[in-house]
Amino acid sequence: MTAVLEVRDLRLWYGTARGSVRAVDRVSLEIDAGSVLGLVGESGCGKSTLGRGILGLLPEGARADGEVLYKGRNLVTMSPRELRRLRGPDLGLIFQEPMTRLNPLLRIEDHFRETIEQHDSKLTPKDVRRRSLDTLGRMGIPPTRFRQYPHEFSGGMRQRIMIALALVLRPSLLVADEPTTSLDVIVEAQILRILADLKENFDTALLLITHNLGIVAEACDRVAVMYAGQIAEEGPARDVFADPKHPYTRELLRSTISLDTKVLHSIPGAPPNLISPPSGCHFHPRCPDVMRVCPAHDPIETQPDPDRRVLCWLHGPEREIPEGGTAPLEREQIAVAEEA
Amino acid sequence: MSATDDVLVSVRGLKTYYSIRGSFLDRLVGRTGAAVRAVDDVSLELRKGEVLGLVGESGSGKTTLGRTLLGLVPATEGTVEFEGQDITHASEHDRRLLRRRMQIVFQDPHASLNPAMTVAQAVGHPLEIHGLARGREEVRARVADVLERVGLAPAEQFMDKFPSDLSGGQKQRAVIARAIILNPVLLVADEPVSMLDMSVRAKILELMLALKHDFDLTYLYITHDLATAKFFCDRIAIMYLGRIVEIGPSEAIYADPKHPYTQALLRAIPEPDPRRTIPRDLPRGEVPDASRPPLGCSFHPRCPKAFEVCGWESRDLKELLERRWAGLDEEGFEAEQAAVGPMEELDVAKTHVRLEAHGGAHGSDLRGLLDRARAADPAEPFWTGVQEMRDANGALEIDWYDPVEPRLLPADSVEVECHLYDETALAEAAQRRQSRIPQ
Repeated sequence: MTAVLEVRDLRLWYGTARGSVRAVDRVSLEIDAGSVLGLVGESGCGKSTLGRGILGLLPEGARADGEVLYKGRNLVTMSPRELRRLRGPDLGLIFQEPMTRLNPLLRIEDHFRETIEQHDSKLTPKDVRRRSLDTLGRMGIPPTRFRQYPHEFSGGMRQRIMIALALVLRPSLLVADEPTTSLDVIVEAQILRILADLKENFDTALLLITHNLGIVAEACDRVAVMYAGQIAEEGPARDVFADPKHPYTRELLRSTISLDTKVLHSIPGAPPNLISPPSGCHFHPRCPDVMRVCPAHDPIETQPDPDRRVLCWLHGPEREIPEGGTAPLEREQIAVAEEA
Repeated sequence: MSATDDVLVSVRGLKTYYSIRGSFLDRLVGRTGAAVRAVDDVSLELRKGEVLGLVGESGSGKTTLGRTLLGLVPATEGTVEFEGQDITHASEHDRRLLRRRMQIVFQDPHASLNPAMTVAQAVGHPLEIHGLARGREEVRARVADVLERVGLAPAEQFMDKFPSDLSGGQKQRAVIARAIILNPVLLVADEPVSMLDMSVRAKILELMLALKHDFDLTYLYITHDLATAKFFCDRIAIMYLGRIVEIGPSEAIYADPKHPYTQALLRAIPEPDPRRTIPRDLPRGEVPDASRPPLGCSFHPRCPKAFEVCGWESRDLKELLERRWAGLDEEGFEAEQAAVGPMEELDVAKTHVRLEAHGGAHGSDLRGLLDRARAADPAEPFWTGVQEMRDANGALEIDWYDPVEPRLLPADSVEVECHLYDETALAEAAQRRQSRIPQ
């Protein structure tokens, strides 16, 4: 399969009064054409910053370094104008809050006309209408409601409209940042069904950002687990869930409350601030498997299986671990109150 | 069930309606606006020491029920008894005393704490309001106690912090501390963990279970999340559009959900198991507008198992046509829409409509259109509800069976409000099926 987007050694950071926040710290990722990659982690791990950074949608003052390759061109060094031209027909974004992203004064029809005309001004009004109605229909929005205003739609319908607006230009990659967080569970499943079917219907690749591992398991081909600005583990969703290699992935899976949950479990502590993250492996203060090498040396990415990678000293490389480094690290108990 | 000693709260025939303000003209001519039936005839009991889960989607009325129970919203009809006393219309003075006994934890910990108050001020505030502590020293001592109890330890480290210094989980712990500092017997917890990260939810739920044990608390746990409710609740009440549609012991609800809505809610929960895929047979649509609930059973328009007596009506026909048109190409849709014409008539709930043919079409064309719709999806439950379709002079007349109102009836160890478990409704449907006029 060919990758539609390649991220190589991407770093994203922004300055604050207390120091620079390294929100994304040397991340590499590939998204295959027409596939769904899930990006998971707790709040504050840099998931949203990475998703927006890929599209060049960072707040002013943020800096980027590294490569985001799309069709052989590096988006990081591209001019804002070129980037704007790519957004829409090539790269789309779906936000978390469908309630606030539609203009209350514009009819659905006008939202579509505006979006399409921004990027393809040669289409006739009839073609614009046909394309809009076709995309809306695939999202289950009836054509009779084309001239209605956003407030006339329910939350789930608005999210469908947002997805249709992103898809009407047929982008090859869609970034969806927590697209179902404010929706009810049945509507959430309806929307996930639509997103998981994008491949068949639109041939669009999807980067699905979520904190809910259940969503990733059901909707994604591959999963990347993010912690403190880095990719802790990446691989096919099925394999990662069946046999997590990184202790963070394992603990995150154990603490997800599902219908099968027998015992409640949680990860002690909270994700670190990204101004001065813990030394060595950023997860070491919360890790049940912590070894002596972990706080002392930055972990090195390894491939426990050909199709998987993990950033954890448990998987070596052994030659890099100093003598006695694999002995368990003695440390104080983390206080209950130190949590997210 | 008769009121016994172990019943803490008893709710009987409770209705909470919010009136919608009509237009200026409506008010001028004295017409009253419509009402949102947020809670529509709910009866339940909360036993001492139990955790009752009130589960439903947004708009189901679960939060309004919780608030009405506490007197934060006035009841329109029905009664709420607390410890054997009718408190439905308690005076403001009595309510104040009651608030020492019943407390609430809200969903959003970030919005529940005053950003200008320190943790100690916020948590100690109820003591001052109710005049239950003498002097600053006693307040601080009791606040320190309760903070340690909710895991904000050592307390000195947290007392003088402001909410902005705390994480989400820590804020929710402070909110819980404030709720229990008066030693209440009842705690209404409205989505206490849904704003928190997965890794913190378990900790807050464990804390709440420990507190329940230590302080002899009774919980009303309001949530949309059946996964946490399974862990937390002794009994579960499923709400849909202001009504309880299923209620019973947790084990029974999870092992053998009766109501098609409960079954759908359980199926829709995303499981961290990659062998499972997102189900395709989920109920369509969303919770309808509570000011204009569907006829009969409120869930029937979305229900995959609905049948003759469930309340099929004109609005279901409109939805059926719109669903069909979403899947047609532009020409197909435009031709059909031209024949049907404006559909305002279908917006009013009726079991009989006369659908005028437009744009030179005839009643038989409309029938042809509906026949095509039926042939495209013969399993659609809507068609079970159609009693008769008649061509009438350039129009098509459609009759649906009269709805049978569902009732909460016992089924095994639970109670469920669904015609599938109601012998009389099933018999009625069978009889109608036999006498159906052949189409």
